[in-house]
Amino acid sequence: MRSYVLRRCLSSIPTLLGITLLCFGLLRAASADPLLTKVSAPGRTTRVTSEALAQLRQLYDLDQPWYVQYLKLLRRLVTLDLGTSWRDGRLIRDVLGEALPVTLLLSASAILLAYVIAVPLGVYAAVRRESPIDRGISWLLFLLYSLPAFWFGSLLLSFLSSGQFLRCPSLPGGGCFPLQGWHSFQGFEQLSAWGKLRDVVWHMLLPVITLSYPALASISRFTRAGMLETLQLDFIRTARAKGLSERAVVFNHALRHSLLPVLTLLGLELPQLVSGSVVVEAVFGIRGLGLVALEAIRMPDYPLVISIVTLTAVLTLLGSLLADIAYALLDPRVRYGKE
Amino acid sequence: MATLPDTRSTPRSLRRRVLRAGRARWALGVLSALLVTALGADLLASDLPLALRLDGELHVLPCLTRPAALRAFDNQRIAARLTTEDWALMPLSPWGQNTHDLGAMLSAPSAQHPLGTDRSGRDVLARVVHGTRISLSVGLASVLILSGIGLLVGMCAGYFGGLVDQLLMRLADCLHAVPTMLLLVTVLGVLRPTGAGAVLAMLCVIGAVRWTDLSRLVRAEVLRVRHSAYVEAARGLGLSSRQILLRHVLPNVLSPVLVAASFSMAGAVVLEGALSFLGFGVPDDVASWGSLLNEVREHTHAWWLAVFPGAAMFLSVSAYNLLGEALRDAIDPRLQM
Repeated sequence: MRSYVLRRCLSSIPTLLGITLLCFGLLRAASADPLLTKVSAPGRTTRVTSEALAQLRQLYDLDQPWYVQYLKLLRRLVTLDLGTSWRDGRLIRDVLGEALPVTLLLSASAILLAYVIAVPLGVYAAVRRESPIDRGISWLLFLLYSLPAFWFGSLLLSFLSSGQFLRCPSLPGGGCFPLQGWHSFQGFEQLSAWGKLRDVVWHMLLPVITLSYPALASISRFTRAGMLETLQLDFIRTARAKGLSERAVVFNHALRHSLLPVLTLLGLELPQLVSGSVVVEAVFGIRGLGLVALEAIRMPDYPLVISIVTLTAVLTLLGSLLADIAYALLDPRVRYGKE
Repeated sequence: MATLPDTRSTPRSLRRRVLRAGRARWALGVLSALLVTALGADLLASDLPLALRLDGELHVLPCLTRPAALRAFDNQRIAARLTTEDWALMPLSPWGQNTHDLGAMLSAPSAQHPLGTDRSGRDVLARVVHGTRISLSVGLASVLILSGIGLLVGMCAGYFGGLVDQLLMRLADCLHAVPTMLLLVTVLGVLRPTGAGAVLAMLCVIGAVRWTDLSRLVRAEVLRVRHSAYVEAARGLGLSSRQILLRHVLPNVLSPVLVAASFSMAGAVVLEGALSFLGFGVPDDVASWGSLLNEVREHTHAWWLAVFPGAAMFLSVSAYNLLGEALRDAIDPRLQM
């Protein structure tokens, strides 16, 4: 087991190297001298002398050949010394430290919500297969699956938050849900712990729903397919034959058996979840990794962009790694190589 | 003697099996409607009439030919100038995709603008109609690109194996590990394309980034047929790798690719919308469903900007998905897609 985990970890290192190289190459190819975009950024009126430019170039190692730059970048990424943002000179570590928890909170709640609804729905549809209910659920899931998240988010924003249709006059803004942010901008610090929690939940409800339903649709379909397959297996017939109740058969035997692949689906869903959170954060104006990345790309703020891309890639790889390890731990049949 | 069901995968029998599903027919209906809308966008919504007689001069289809004599005109000016001998055959929506009705900015649906206007007074109906073009062309072109790359990479990786396989699949892993949206905006942000290049860049980048799933699928299929008798026979006959890949392997992996391409089309349409929504897509003078939705972020009360373009996108995405499902069920229901 340990050797499997070790090997699995080692095998994701080339992928990570590849991603950093890809990103580095992309940003290098963008402009031979990224500093020129920094000093000639829109809104800057001061002229920069060539000496100052040379100094800056030295500061950011831009006078070195590309492989030295790349190796230095790798060293910085490994030691988590990510440098400063070009925009405002803040430490990138601090910027990420603020944005990452927001994205994690958003994604974790979304995936949790998705699983909590999707698994029972899938089981129910599988048990009632081919019934009108099953067909109805299938249709609903299909519609959810085809519903673009940023459209759904915009609709929620327009109808629930704008105050034009659903009105809550007692709330600021007149809409029943906030227009942006993951907490109130004013007076959030003064709230009690309970008040803060309520405020965050109120702000995050619509974004979390918007982020969760695509995952919900695919998890639920997957659960249904897995359950249908399991329910035809011999051990289920045995369980029924020995007189177990249908409830015990479905939940204790079949669900347990088919839950495992459903859990590992998490690893596959993660990149899509982060990808979706970029859009959802943009719709609801939540300053998580996605929105910070969009701002950094518009600037352009290359050190920040490279850090965020690498960070999300590490998170994704970590997620699929954990899913694989969980699978190997839970399923005794999975053994890779010699123990 | 019991007759076996016809499971041959000839194009004709496949077509019959796909069409047997009512949903496929529905999907194809929607897709043809989209295609007609995209091709005839200039006839459905234009700032010039379909046919016109003005000052004794007859113009046929000025909305397409855009004659120099009418450069200073649009439907509203023409209507004001028509005399009793003149006549004009107006298109369904008398507004072009870039006609600014400055008297009615951000106006709700009305008789003049059945789907309302955007923040610079452009007719939403006209922009939704013209947006079909971008959606369809970006979707089709990017799916062609990603299918091409995915097929090439998957076939090489599966057939040659070894180091080639390792390298190609590692590359796919790298692309897969970075969230698509982030990768797309990074590349487009770096390229900073302008004007007409923006659409081209967008479809190329979507194609260049989204091929990984398809290549894995193709690779698995190639591994399945690589040791089959007919490939061994072809090898025994002394055919080159290229001939074997093109004549014997390719036809056998095409049908799952068709299914995957159909689902990819849905994905590409959403990506185009999302990129335009985020401001990394089409320039402002090109109508796109996504960029209409973009305006909702600032003008949240303008529900018509959210509802109609999004509904068009939802309709087309569900049609592509339905088609994919029908194809999958007809080809191989066990395909996990």
